[in-house]
Amino acid sequence: MSTDTAAGSGPADTEEMTVREAIRLAMREELEQDDDVFVVGEDVGEFGGVFEVTSGLVDDFGEDRIRDTPISEAGFMGAAVGAAATGTRPVVEIMFADFLGVCAEQIINQMAKNRYMFGGKTEMPVTVRTTEGGGMGAASQHSGTLHTWFAHFPGVMAVAPGSPASAKGLLKTAIRSDDPVFVFENKMMYEQTGEVPLDENFTIPLGEASVEREGEDVTVVATQRMVGESLELAEELAGETSVEVIDLQSLYPLDTDTLVESVNKTGRLVVADESPLSYGTHAEVASRVMENAFYSLDAPIQRVGVADVHIPFSPALEDEVLPHGDDVKAAIDRIV
Amino acid sequence: MVVIDLETEDGQREAMRRMLTIRAFDSKAGELFGDGELPGFVHLYIGEEAVGVGACAALEDDDYITSTHRGHGHCIAKGLDPEEMMAELYGKADGYCNGKGGSMHIADVDAGMLGANGIVGAGPPLATGAALTSQYNDEGTVALAFFGDGAVAQGQIHEAINIAATWDLPAVFLVENNQFGEGTPVEKQHNVQNLSETAEAYNIPGFTVDGMDVTAVYEAVREARKRAADGEGPTFIEAETYRYRGHFEGDQQPYRTDEDVAIWQDRDAIESFKGRLVEAGTLTESEFDEMEATARDEIEAAAAKAKEADYPDPSEAYDDMFNQTVPEISAFADRMRTDGGEDR
Ligand SMILES: Cc1ncc(C[n+]2csc(CCOP(=O)(O)OP(=O)(O)O)c2C)c(N)n1
Repeated sequence: MSTDTAAGSGPADTEEMTVREAIRLAMREELEQDDDVFVVGEDVGEFGGVFEVTSGLVDDFGEDRIRDTPISEAGFMGAAVGAAATGTRPVVEIMFADFLGVCAEQIINQMAKNRYMFGGKTEMPVTVRTTEGGGMGAASQHSGTLHTWFAHFPGVMAVAPGSPASAKGLLKTAIRSDDPVFVFENKMMYEQTGEVPLDENFTIPLGEASVEREGEDVTVVATQRMVGESLELAEELAGETSVEVIDLQSLYPLDTDTLVESVNKTGRLVVADESPLSYGTHAEVASRVMENAFYSLDAPIQRVGVADVHIPFSPALEDEVLPHGDDVKAAIDRIV
Repeated sequence: MVVIDLETEDGQREAMRRMLTIRAFDSKAGELFGDGELPGFVHLYIGEEAVGVGACAALEDDDYITSTHRGHGHCIAKGLDPEEMMAELYGKADGYCNGKGGSMHIADVDAGMLGANGIVGAGPPLATGAALTSQYNDEGTVALAFFGDGAVAQGQIHEAINIAATWDLPAVFLVENNQFGEGTPVEKQHNVQNLSETAEAYNIPGFTVDGMDVTAVYEAVREARKRAADGEGPTFIEAETYRYRGHFEGDQQPYRTDEDVAIWQDRDAIESFKGRLVEAGTLTESEFDEMEATARDEIEAAAAKAKEADYPDPSEAYDDMFNQTVPEISAFADRMRTDGGEDR
């Protein structure tokens, strides 16, 4: 993982924590470092957010900076855009990514377009954190993975951490960025643990993927929950098939170089991302590799994701549609 | 410092000058559009000048406004330069947005103008946000949202007002009731008598004022501004006005007759204000004529200059997306430059 650390604090300064704690720590550090940063969203204050990601922050930073809103996504997303354009740095929480449609106008026509339309006359330092993904029986309106939509739309950046460390590093970068950045958190990862750098200046640049495990036979480019599942699979397959696992981390901008370098080495690619398969994140990764490493490919690129259906309620059905490590295994088996 | 103090004679003359500048600007814009000189759509503000000028006169220099698709008047009222505006209408490089915005997106954030807006109802949330910045940093500034009667039917303005009211933000919501949302009269779009009744739902003050009277608008906004700056939260003001021209240039206007327009023109904001100033001895007829001619000359010169000005270099199409550089765009632009064989 590439890091941007201040001199003096070595990589040894890490602590094991959950994704939830890593995100909260990132917000805490940025709130401490910059008075312009504030958190805004439904129930982010005393309630602590539905996934308890912001819990406790209001005690330390007060209600002005950890600001509960009415249930008005369009209103407060728009207010965040107006606030960002006038000199503050809002961090907006949208409870479930599925609700992004409710405030799509303010994102699509205001946040994403103002800087360009105004000829560079304004900056848009707004961060949007939201939670995606199935796995908890939340049914179709609370389980979607929509990041392709925003990664596709010009004018906003999109990241999707696959580990506690990347959750911290990417969120800090997002908050420090003068551009609008969406951080897509997978809700099944909040309890996932890992070593996280404690350095307050640990950030992960936008547009950088992370090689989480090196391998020779096949590259698995994964996002979010699929990173962990792919790493487990790689471990299981060790000695039999050598799997390189890359956490894509940043959907837009996207780290073409790391992907190409890996495929030039392995000659095979599986893309694992919990979003619908058609026209999506998988297709973008595959295209970048085709454009730049076509002659290195020894086999067709494989996609692992959700069939183009919504996430159903019943555990039996939900488990069926969500991608897992065994789907990655099946994809590897098809091409290795 | 007040931008224009309408209580002084100088301020009154300045308000008149701005109203005349708006009328000259939009008359010229209409003419140019009719001649096929301007790309895109233009929505003219003629008839509504007293609202923009009265409201902006009541604001301080570093207050913010948000605007609408009919934004030229708001820009001039807020002190933007008609020359740069005209260049933007032409899509020229030295326009406010370097030719990327056009009529519907003129913005100058440093001047407190947060953008004309092509989306009906999208401005009020932005004003709520600017007001939030002001409250957050204790800046003492106020944000005023201009929006149309049609926009009052949009959900997001109600969210924005509710948030501003709940948080006591220094905001002013000003609906320009020009009687139509495109071609549909206001009575067909709302079930209330006065749009200012909206304020009741948010437990904030609401007034309806004569939007053909620059002083009435000024006084209402002045009071609302004071309230906002004192931490007492937003006010909702409805200014009753009328647009003399079609919704956009080229609109056939089947929804009204010339007689309907004439009724409102009888109460023309510029004529009635002039009458009052002349009667008070603040302005003579010939001073007014001179002022009007000067405004027209200024706009003619701006238009002539804009017509001759350079278009942006095509490579600028790849600039201004983000503060940081992204390879997706820069690589594309570089490749284009190489493939095109042109040395830009
Ligand atoms: C969300 C949205 N819907 C529709 C339109 C098309 N449209 C542009 S202006 C307009 C009428 C707006 O009426 P009003 O808010 O009263 O403003 P006015 O034109 O009278 O100044 C419409 C329907 C739009 N630009 N945005």
